[in-house]
Amino acid sequence: MLTLDSGSGIWTPILWLFLFVLFSVIVLWLRGFGRSDYKKGTDQTMIFFSGNMEPLKDMVHIRSTNLYWGFTESLSVVFEKLRKAHTGRINDYVYWFVVVLALLFIIVILPGGGLQ
Amino acid sequence: MSDLFTTHLPALIIAIPLFAAFLTPLISRINGKGRNFVVIVALLMTFILTIKLAWHVYTDGTFLYAFGSSDASGFALHTPAGYVVPIRILFEIDAMSALMGIITSSLALLGAIYSWNFVEKYETQDKYYTLLLLMTVGMFGMVFTGDLFNMFVFLEVLSISGAALVAFRTEKGASIEAGLKYMIISSLGAMFMLFAVCLLYGQYDLLNLAALAKRMDYTLLDEIALVALIGAFAMKSGAAPMHMWVPDAYGEAPASISLMLVASTQASLYALFRVVFTLYGAHIDPTTIGWLFIIFGLLSIMVGVSMALMQDNLKRLIGYTAVAEIGYMMLAVGVAIASMGSGYSLMALKAGIFHILNDALDIGLLFLVAGVLFYRTGARNLAQLGGLARNMKYTTFFFMIGLAAVAGLPPTNGFASKLLIYESIYLFNPVLAIIAILASIFMLAIFVKVFHSAFLGPELPSLAKVKEAPPSMLIPMAILALVMIIIGLFPNLVYSTIVCEAAKALLDQGGYIAAMIGGA
Amino acid sequence: MLANLPFLVVAVMIGLGLYTMLFNRNLIKIVIGLTIIENAVNLFLIALAYKNGAVAPIYTSAPSTSMVMPTPHALTLTAIVIAMATTAMMLSLIMQIYKHYHTLDAFKIRRLRE
Repeated sequence: MLTLDSGSGIWTPILWLFLFVLFSVIVLWLRGFGRSDYKKGTDQTMIFFSGNMEPLKDMVHIRSTNLYWGFTESLSVVFEKLRKAHTGRINDYVYWFVVVLALLFIIVILPGGGLQ
Repeated sequence: MSDLFTTHLPALIIAIPLFAAFLTPLISRINGKGRNFVVIVALLMTFILTIKLAWHVYTDGTFLYAFGSSDASGFALHTPAGYVVPIRILFEIDAMSALMGIITSSLALLGAIYSWNFVEKYETQDKYYTLLLLMTVGMFGMVFTGDLFNMFVFLEVLSISGAALVAFRTEKGASIEAGLKYMIISSLGAMFMLFAVCLLYGQYDLLNLAALAKRMDYTLLDEIALVALIGAFAMKSGAAPMHMWVPDAYGEAPASISLMLVASTQASLYALFRVVFTLYGAHIDPTTIGWLFIIFGLLSIMVGVSMALMQDNLKRLIGYTAVAEIGYMMLAVGVAIASMGSGYSLMALKAGIFHILNDALDIGLLFLVAGVLFYRTGARNLAQLGGLARNMKYTTFFFMIGLAAVAGLPPTNGFASKLLIYESIYLFNPVLAIIAILASIFMLAIFVKVFHSAFLGPELPSLAKVKEAPPSMLIPMAILALVMIIIGLFPNLVYSTIVCEAAKALLDQGGYIAAMIGGA
Repeated sequence: MLANLPFLVVAVMIGLGLYTMLFNRNLIKIVIGLTIIENAVNLFLIALAYKNGAVAPIYTSAPSTSMVMPTPHALTLTAIVIAMATTAMMLSLIMQIYKHYHTLDAFKIRRLRE
């Protein structure tokens, strides 16, 4: 009941969980070697910004439009083509259906079948 | 009395939500909370009956239920040629239909519990619950029926109620636009399905799936019918390049309806597999149809993850990942067809069907979390959110489980099914496995982006007053997360019992036909 | 060849319906194109039911005993009712869209894109 057997290997999640707990215990034990005079909420945890004013939290948080900018910008050839293809017009939705039907017609019917 | 609940199970499973759907507008005149309660009780009864039906199928074999004469001795048509055709509509429930039935009933129940708080501010709640129950009826009819025209009727019931629910928020123009697009696409697909059914009826004078499978001669007209059926059902399942309605519909529907739309998309995928495996069976050319499914799957995966990476609207993003997950299922089943006869073909089919179950749970949980975020903050765009993990601890925890499951991280159920998919398609062609694994990494990137934008980060002043989700919305998320963890930690609980039986039943065309003849 | 004429008309009508749905910008005309396809499939069902020299399947005072099967007629009635329901739904959605967008041009009604 505990093992999943694919044709070429096995996967036992309980073993993984046991190892995860073991390594978490080790990591937490290592974390316990830190300093104990650290108190949250006091001056120790205030952000140091070279003496400048700390900007507003709205400006600090990186928004979702800006994440992965490097990736999407460098592969913008592919992404812009994809974005242009998704026009949002209902005519294009029907167009893709007709194209797929035509391709299916050519692939499935023309090689094998004849008139019976 | 117990006989009623044993022999008439499929009819009851269709009848109880249907009856409750017509009762709901009457009860809501009296009391709003009473109506919610009646809906949840009806769906709970349906869930219990579906489990009972599945138990019956796993122990006793295919369940046959005839609306009409039960065999040739009853109300039948005696043709001059000599053979007797019993006049009936047949519901034939084998292990694959039972699995889809379990998915449908559980998702419908969770959607109804979630809707208690989600739609409570709307005036048109009674119509919402009526349409939700009708959508459930449509889904059950599609997966249980053994008759092609009946499948068309229930497909249309599902489409109409689904489109009305997608357009539920009539104060926004985008919702109505999404509903119209979904309706036009569904109608077009259903019309081509009806065209194919007419072609088959015109040749063989039969509408019953098992009888047609027995008599099929694979002429040119049958090939045209196969093309129309594959095209129509692939469009209804959201396979690229006909996937563009999926993010529109999933993105604009209320969150609990997105949950039901996932189940309805999988019902269309089930219909596609039923047609290819059971109706046509040995007549299809494995290489052609298998590689066709593989190409559909690869396109869906690549287009789905690429478009999801660029999205800002959270539910549209999850809609695109739903397209990618459908691509995984089609890829696995395509490998199973293309490598028919080799040792790993059954493994690929089992992996694909396991992924149907897991994907319903994973994407469902993600949609529910997105619904919670919209309900509490009113923001659809991820760019307006941030730092919500302080206020919404439970939601963050459930989202992390959903993230791990969709990206395929151990020890969740997503990893179990994706591991099986990778291993079986690697044996077929290593390039496909490489593309599938890369797409999984993309999915992790996409949901880490969502996690950072919505939950991590400093506490924003505009969102400081956001509270945790109400209990009626936490309970379905908790149930889904719990089931996902249990399936992840003990995968053989569902894999060796439910999924293996479903895969064997799907491949067993002879068994499907023999059940009809034996019952007839 | 003359006996195959209804089926040819069905194929032409499906082609015309798809052409209307592909190349018209007005939303109502797109729904009309869908209605043309629905009517074509209904015509196909009725054309399938006919047998040469047969009469309607009514037993009292029947001129001959070779009758057409009534099943396709029942299927056609079901399909007509379903088509009516979907068309009514689509047209009411178009009415609501007009209230929000003030246009019926499909090229402009695409707030949901990419």
